[in-house]
Amino acid sequence: MDAIATFLSMGGYWPYVWPAFALTAAVLGGLWLVSWRAMKTREAEADALPSRRRDARPETSP
Amino acid sequence: MTRKRRRLYVVAASMLCLGVATALVLLAFQDSIVFFRSPSEIADMKPASGQRLRLGGLVEEKSVRKLADSVTAFRVTDLNKTVEVTYRGILPDLFREGQGVVADGRMNADGVFVASQVLAKHDETYMPKEVAEALKKSGRWQETGPQKMKAKP
Amino acid sequence: MQRFANPGKFLRLAAVVQPVAITVLAMSLVLGLILGLVVAPPDYQQGDTVRIMYVHVPAAWMALFVYTVMAVASAVTLIWRHPLAEIAARASAPIGACFTFVALATGSLWGKPMWGTWWVWDARLTSVLVLFFLYVGYIALANAFDDEERGGRAASILALVGFVNVPIIKFSVDWWNTLHQPASVLKIGGPAIDASMLWPLLLMAVAFKAFYVAVLIMRMRAELAERRLRVATLAGAQG
Repeated sequence: MDAIATFLSMGGYWPYVWPAFALTAAVLGGLWLVSWRAMKTREAEADALPSRRRDARPETSP
Repeated sequence: MTRKRRRLYVVAASMLCLGVATALVLLAFQDSIVFFRSPSEIADMKPASGQRLRLGGLVEEKSVRKLADSVTAFRVTDLNKTVEVTYRGILPDLFREGQGVVADGRMNADGVFVASQVLAKHDETYMPKEVAEALKKSGRWQETGPQKMKAKP
Repeated sequence: MQRFANPGKFLRLAAVVQPVAITVLAMSLVLGLILGLVVAPPDYQQGDTVRIMYVHVPAAWMALFVYTVMAVASAVTLIWRHPLAEIAARASAPIGACFTFVALATGSLWGKPMWGTWWVWDARLTSVLVLFFLYVGYIALANAFDDEERGGRAASILALVGFVNVPIIKFSVDWWNTLHQPASVLKIGGPAIDASMLWPLLLMAVAFKAFYVAVLIMRMRAELAERRLRVATLAGAQG
C-alpha cells in the first residue's frame, strides 16, 4: 500500500504530474476517437454508394 | 511543365524573401526579445530608479538571507557584476544558491533591486541524484554539470 | 511524383502502414510509460516533476514536425497541384494543433512548480503560442471557402508563410535569453540527459510519431471517402 501511495504522490508533485498525463491522454485519445469514427462512417457511406467507380477502392484495383 | 516550373520558382523566391524579411525584423527587435538582462548589462544601462526590468543571473552562493516579514534578500551575479535583490513572497521550489533566477522588479534609489516576482531558471541537464553526487565526488562536476547561465547580449 | 496521386495506391500503402503504426504505438507507449513513470529516477533538481518531460517534450517535437510536414505538403500542393498532398496537409493540421496544445498545457503544469509561474512571455513560449494560432488559422482558412480548392490554396500559402516560425521556435532558446532552458537532446556534444531518463523520453517520442502516422492515415482515409461521396452526390444531382 505504501509503495502505491508513494508512487501516486509523485514526491508531492502529484497535482502537476498527473494532470499533465491525464490532459495528454484526454486530448490525444479524443483526437484518435474522433478520427477513427470519421474514417469508419465516411468509408461505410462511400462503400454503400451504388456507383461503379473503381478508382478509389484498394480491393477493386487490378 | 513550364507552368509548374514557374510556380516552383515563385514559391522558392517568396520563401527566400520572407525569410530575409523575418531575419531583418528579428535583428531590429533583438533588444526587446531578450527576456532578462544580466547584472553587467544593467550596470551598463544605468536604469533610472523606478524603471521596471527583468534581472537574470545566478543566485550568489551564501548570499540568501531571510529578513523580517517574509522578505528574502540575495545577490544575483553573472560572475562579473552582482546586484542586490530583495523580494517579499514565496520563492519557487527550484530557488537555491547557485541556481539561475529571473527577477521582475525595479531598482530603488539605493541601487537595490526590489523584485515583485522571482522565477527559477534551470539548465538543460537532467540526471538522478546519485549520478549528480557521484560526479561531484569524482570532481568531474564542472565539465558535465550545469553550465553557467549565459546572458546573451 | 504522380505515383501516389492515385488514391488506390495510397489506400493500399495505408492498409499496410496503419496496423504497423498502431502496433509500434502500443508497444512503445506501454514501455515508455512504465519506464517514465515507474523505472526512471526523479531528477536531482526537479524531483518527480521531470516526468512531465516524457509527454511535454515529445508533444513539442511533434508540434514542429507536423508543421514541417504540413508546410512541405502545402508547397507540393501549390507547385504541383498534387491532390493527395493537399489532403495530407489538411489531415495534419488538427493533429499538429493538438500536439501544440498538449505541449503548451503540460509545459504550464511543469512551469508552475519549477519556475514559479504558469506562463511567461519569453521568446520560446510566445513563438509556440504563435504556432498554435497558425494551426488554428490554417484549419479555419481551409474550411472558409465554399470552393474547396480556393480554401486549400489560401491555407497552403498561410502554412508556407508560417513556416518561418519553425526555426524561430527551435533556435529561440539559443538566439535570445529566455526563461526556457536550451535543448537537452539535440545539442552539440550529445544529450545532457542521463540514460535512465533518455530512454523513456525516446520511447515516448517513438509512440507520439506512430500516433501521428496512424491518425494521419485515419483522417486522410476519411477525407478521401468524403470526396468520393461528394463526387457521387454531384453526379447524382446532374444525372
